[in-house]
Amino acid sequence: MKPEIITGAEITIRSLQEENVEFVFGYPGGAVLNIYDAIHQQTVFKHVLVRHEQAAVHAADAFSRATGRVGVALVTSGPGATNAVTGIATAHMDSIPIVIISGQVPTHAIGSDAFQECDTVGITRPCVKHNFLVKDVNKIASTIKKAFFIASTGRPGPVLVDIPKDITTETAEFIYPKTIDMRSYNPVVKGHSGQISKAIDLLINAKKPMVYSGGGAVLGDAAKSLTKLVKKLDLPITNTLMGLGGFPASDQNFLGMLGMHGTYQANMAMQECDVLLAVGARFDDRVISNPEHFLKNPKKIIHVDIDPASISKRVKIDIPIVGDVDLVLIDLLKAYQEVEKNHNKKLISPWMEKIKDWSDTDCMAYKDDGSVIKPQLVVQKLHEVTKGDAFITSDVGQHQMWAAQYYPFDKPRRWINSGGLGTMGVGLPYAMGCQLAFPESQVACVTGEASIQMCIQELSTCKQYNLPIKIITLNNRYMGMVRQWQEFFYGNRYAESYVDALPDFIKLAESYGHVGMKIEKSSDVEGALKEAFSPKLKERLVFMDFITDQTENVFPMIPSGKGLSEMILAKDE
Amino acid sequence: MRHIISLLMENESGALSRVSGLFSARGYNIESLNVAPTEDETLSRMTIVTSGSNEVIEQIIKQLNKLIDVVKVLDLNDGRHIERELMIVKVKATNKYRDEVKRISDTFGGRIIEIAETTFTIELTGPSSELDGYLDSLDKAAIIETVRTGALGIGRGDRILKI
Ligand SMILES: Cc1ncc(C[n+]2csc(CCOP(=O)(O)OP(=O)(O)O)c2C)c(N)n1
Repeated sequence: MKPEIITGAEITIRSLQEENVEFVFGYPGGAVLNIYDAIHQQTVFKHVLVRHEQAAVHAADAFSRATGRVGVALVTSGPGATNAVTGIATAHMDSIPIVIISGQVPTHAIGSDAFQECDTVGITRPCVKHNFLVKDVNKIASTIKKAFFIASTGRPGPVLVDIPKDITTETAEFIYPKTIDMRSYNPVVKGHSGQISKAIDLLINAKKPMVYSGGGAVLGDAAKSLTKLVKKLDLPITNTLMGLGGFPASDQNFLGMLGMHGTYQANMAMQECDVLLAVGARFDDRVISNPEHFLKNPKKIIHVDIDPASISKRVKIDIPIVGDVDLVLIDLLKAYQEVEKNHNKKLISPWMEKIKDWSDTDCMAYKDDGSVIKPQLVVQKLHEVTKGDAFITSDVGQHQMWAAQYYPFDKPRRWINSGGLGTMGVGLPYAMGCQLAFPESQVACVTGEASIQMCIQELSTCKQYNLPIKIITLNNRYMGMVRQWQEFFYGNRYAESYVDALPDFIKLAESYGHVGMKIEKSSDVEGALKEAFSPKLKERLVFMDFITDQTENVFPMIPSGKGLSEMILAKDE
Repeated sequence: MRHIISLLMENESGALSRVSGLFSARGYNIESLNVAPTEDETLSRMTIVTSGSNEVIEQIIKQLNKLIDVVKVLDLNDGRHIERELMIVKVKATNKYRDEVKRISDTFGGRIIEIAETTFTIELTGPSSELDGYLDSLDKAAIIETVRTGALGIGRGDRILKI
């Protein structure tokens, strides 16, 4: 066969095709003109033109969160790359596999402060899993192969490939490697069998066992085996913010989310358990709060994680099991079956009684006299109207916590939010990524009037690609979460946390060609949501501006630095 | 505690900054850092001297292993090892102090590699603490310039860092 000699730009595109990429989210510019020209001449994947590079990366990130596949973004050099950084760091903190292709000035100009030059590899180094500067056209294909491999294996994460313009015009033979072997990168997949039987032994002999699962269980597609194991052993379980949907929220074993705004029962059980099984979670500060306080109640901890560096990072682990969480859970199930006959489930009855008492405090109750729209009510109604089966994206703030608390997720990959970096502005681009991946599904973005303005320009993208997203703005005229902290810890001094000079969101939505709705009465909430999700508006983006209670707070709340059991509850207010 | 960590990494551009960036981003100490090629031209060997509690050192090793370009990491302090550092010192050496410097250098096994009118340049190898001891023995005011490689280390016997 004749060797296929093509340009570096074509090699880039062909490599993406070889990876079965469906969407590339991007924005053109000088350094990527050759790549764009090659995109123009192909029909295999679709390019989605965003309005800001940050949104390109967020959308690629959400595509990955929703589908489990690698998301792809394409940006130009200099400002294109720097605009992408927030998106990259966001994906990095939540371990999302994406590949970012960035243009770079020609190799001979690198280091000369050329027009639109920046050290993209240097700038992104601390917020990627890995990055590459490709300096040889013969290495484009193998580098892209490596990028997808690294992004999607082990603990996933973003990988950036920086490609100078000159090598996109040079030519080389196109050979896409079938496999890749890197001596410096071999993630462990199988858990240690000795550790696995020790773990089961601990779990079946525990008097106060508890399971805590995080984003790793969702990203590792381990929800099924996690559910099976937990049901089989009949254990109480909580999820982190990132782990929601990893175990069905409607199941009776589920205690709700834990952490800073977790439920009373989840946090208390986490604090007082004697054996803890942690699955794909990392004991971070927003989850277990103060590690010393957490360990005041002695407990044995089993930690299943793909990343050895996550083990014993904040809390000393007794039984580490490094491996692919799904495979480890399957092995745990197998190991359990061998000893099942010795398992006396009655052993934990007093513990389950105790948990029931904690649950009876009904920590999620909120006062609603119908005079103003309660933000919690909007989320609850959204859950009803969408039958609990929508993709829910969120921004960052109180609305994010209310979405997590009042929209119970029964399936993984339905709850899409920035947990690690906490990036305001992700909500709308996240919804775009989900809607493109699942055109027939309902996608709602629960946001705040401050957050939505951080990527509001994407309303234009939504129009261009007919994305019928429903934007649920909980408009409290405050940066609510900031205001809440100021109320609690800064003597009600609301320094710069107001949101003034708001646009008329209805007109704004309409000017972008969408439908706008303003909802001011509690009694209108349900009707408005039903209308927005009705067949009549099925094809339309609806921007819903809910004018909500200005001073509502998120409860329970653990003040930072305090212990898990030191929650402030709504009733204490 | 002070640890000497040796690692082999792919000889790729930017590999060094990934390691140094890791230390600064996570707030780990670096006492010294040395990189040079190995007999295998695709690999460089880096020696990092750092200090921290056992937990911190454990995290450092794990985080280093996590870097994609890092092939293998060895904490030399996990076993018996040999440590050496090279130092070159320029000292003021006039009149009777010339003999004094020579005597101290001989005691520490140093070699005078340049004799100038008013200065000596001395080369000295040994564990880092020995080099510190040498400097302490000299009159502080006489030391004009020092240059050190940072510690290098190698495992004893069959403790080998190779792929
Ligand atoms: C990019 C960015 N800047 C600042 C913050 C800090 N921050 C966290 S929540 C918040 C307020 C969000 O306000 P809004 O979107 O109206 O949501 P609310 O809390 O009122 O529901 C701010 C400013 C952030 N998370 N991200």
